[in-house]
Parts: sequence; structure tokens; C-alpha cells
Amino acid sequence: MQIKLYHPAREISIKGPKPVSSILTHLGLPREAHLVICDDMLVTEDAVISDDAVIEIRPVISGG
Amino acid sequence: MKCRRCKTPAVIKMPRHNTAFCDPCFQEYLLKQVERAISSGKMFSKEAPVLVAVSGGKDSLALWDILIKLGYETAGLHLNLGIGAYSKRSQQMVEQFANARGLALIVESYQKSYGLGVIEIAEESARPACSACGTMKRHHFNRIAMEKGFPVVATGHNLDDEAARLLGNLLKWQVSYLEKQSPVLSDDDGKWAKKVRPLYRLPEREIAAYTILNRIEYVVEECPMSKGAKVFAYKETLNQLEEASPGAKHQFYLGFLKQKEASFPTPPPAKQDETCRTCGQPTQSEQCGYCRLIERATTVS
Ligand SMILES: [Zn+2]
Ligand SMILES: [Zn+2]
Repeated sequence: MQIKLYHPAREISIKGPKPVSSILTHLGLPREAHLVICDDMLVTEDAVISDDAVIEIRPVISGG
Repeated sequence: MKCRRCKTPAVIKMPRHNTAFCDPCFQEYLLKQVERAISSGKMFSKEAPVLVAVSGGKDSLALWDILIKLGYETAGLHLNLGIGAYSKRSQQMVEQFANARGLALIVESYQKSYGLGVIEIAEESARPACSACGTMKRHHFNRIAMEKGFPVVATGHNLDDEAARLLGNLLKWQVSYLEKQSPVLSDDDGKWAKKVRPLYRLPEREIAAYTILNRIEYVVEECPMSKGAKVFAYKETLNQLEEASPGAKHQFYLGFLKQKEASFPTPPPAKQDETCRTCGQPTQSEQCGYCRLIERATTVS
């Protein structure tokens, strides 16, 4: 699957299918600080992302 | 995962409530939280207009959107800080949001007013950038609110911002800052606009979810000046606690607000009897901090 990441903005690809929770763990991204968007919709951590999907992992922390 | 209320597929899991919500149920929950913050804090009513300070980031744009949905009369205020491409993009986001909804927006540009951006102003006056930026924002929010007849200025500070600030103040035991940390700051003699933070009950993850569900575009990248700021370390630490113990941030900050009166009695307010000789805003000395800053930055040495 293709994954869009921020800070810095970049794209990576990893093998699917994989549940959202394992993708975040795999990338070392804390759940409380990120949201996952697939097909323009938010997905919960039990959702399984297929190998041909494109997702975005959006950081939610800002400097304030 | 299913929505706890209506059993349709959930879009967000919220461990602190041990629940998950679908899109409509989540949005209903979120609007209720904001309405509750506004009414319990007696922040403002539907009788008077609210000036919403919008940076172009997720929190302030979500706040503006929510206030409109709740039926409040609002206008947006955007300060263009003059930080290169970042400020340009921020203003674009705010204008795009306001234009699409036909909302009133006031824009002021530091570059136009001073011929300098906030970074140059901070450098010229030998102040740390974020501290100079804060002084300037507070001055302009108050000035514009008073000039244009807005009794209240609302900002997008969220639960994570407030909890991180509290942690920072506690780590240094800055007790005098603790008593001033409140989602509502009002002034009895009407020299200042009231300052309110209607999103203080909501973690930023939920606010970001709201902007995504409502297709609100915002500037995701950070202000270049905030790189390495301590607030990120505080937020990271608090999020680790939150994952280990859901609801920790909420207990920490809302618990503080409850305990504040007993633990940190409010000292008599600092006298702000003077009027700044340059700008006329209330101050403790002859000239306010903002005017001293600008004088130093714009005086050719
Ligand atoms: Zn539902
Ligand atoms: Zn002044």
C-alpha cells in the first residue's frame, strides 16, 4: 500500500493487507497523535487496509 | 468497529470514553461538548458577535465552523505574520474557508503595518520569536475587538494545548501563571475584550477528526519558528500517559480547573490602571509591552 506521511511530507509503501493498528505500530506512530484516512474517510484501528490501497496518516499535534 | 449509539460502522475510536462513533454521532457529540464549554463557562451568548482568531490551522478553523453550526454570530480575524510561504498559505486557507461560506473576515498584515514580519521584529528587538509573536497577537486581538465592537475574542486552544501549558508551568512551578490559566479571561472594567477558549474540553485528535469529516482544508505543516519548541515534548509525554491511561489529559487539566481555587488562590489582580502613552491600551507601566517591542524593532540603531 502507498502511505502519505507528514513532517516531512513524503510517501512510502509497505506490504498489505494490514490492520491500521499494526501499520501505526510498524511505523512507530502513537495512536493518540495520528489519524488514518483511506478513500477520503477516517478509518478506525481495526480496519484492514488492502495492499492496493492508498492511505494518509495525518499527525494531529500542532504547536498551539 | 461499530458506533456505540447507532451500530453503523465507526469512524473514530475514543478510548477515553471507552466508545466509538460513526460520523453523525461523533459530530453531534463534539458540538455538544463545545456548547457545554460555552454555557458552563458563561463565555458568550447569541446576543453579541464573537471575533474568532483564525490562524489557518485545524483548531481555529474547526472552532469557527462549529460556532456557525451552533448559530453564533461571528467574524474571523487573521493576522498575517509575514513568515514567508507559511504565512501566505495560512492566509489562503483562511480566505478560502471564509469565502466558501460567505463569512466576514478581517485580515491584517504585519508586513504592511511595519514593513517587517514577526521574525524580523523579534530579531530587531532581541526577543525570542514565539514570545514576541504572543505579545503582538494579544495586542492586536484586543485592539481590533475593541475598535470593531466585539466584546469577546475566541481562540482555538484545545485540551492538549492547555494540558501541555499546565505541565510546563508545573515543571517550573510558575504559580503566578497557574492562576491565570483559564478557558475564560474577562476584565471587569471593560478595557479588554473577554478572551475565551471554547475547545478546551476537546483533545486535538478529535478536532482534527472533525476537520477531516467536514472536509475543512487547513495548514498541516507547523510554523517554522516552532521547531524544537518544548510544547511538543510536553504533548508527546501527555499522549504516552493518555495511551497508558485513557482520560489522563482530561483528568489532568479539568481536575486542575476544579482544584485551582483551593490550591492556588487568586491573588488580587495586577493593577492595570495606567494607559499606554503610545497606544492607549491598559498597562501596568507608562508604555505597554507591545509598544516597547515595536519601538525597539522599528528604531534605526
Ligand atoms: Zn452512530
Ligand atoms: Zn501600547
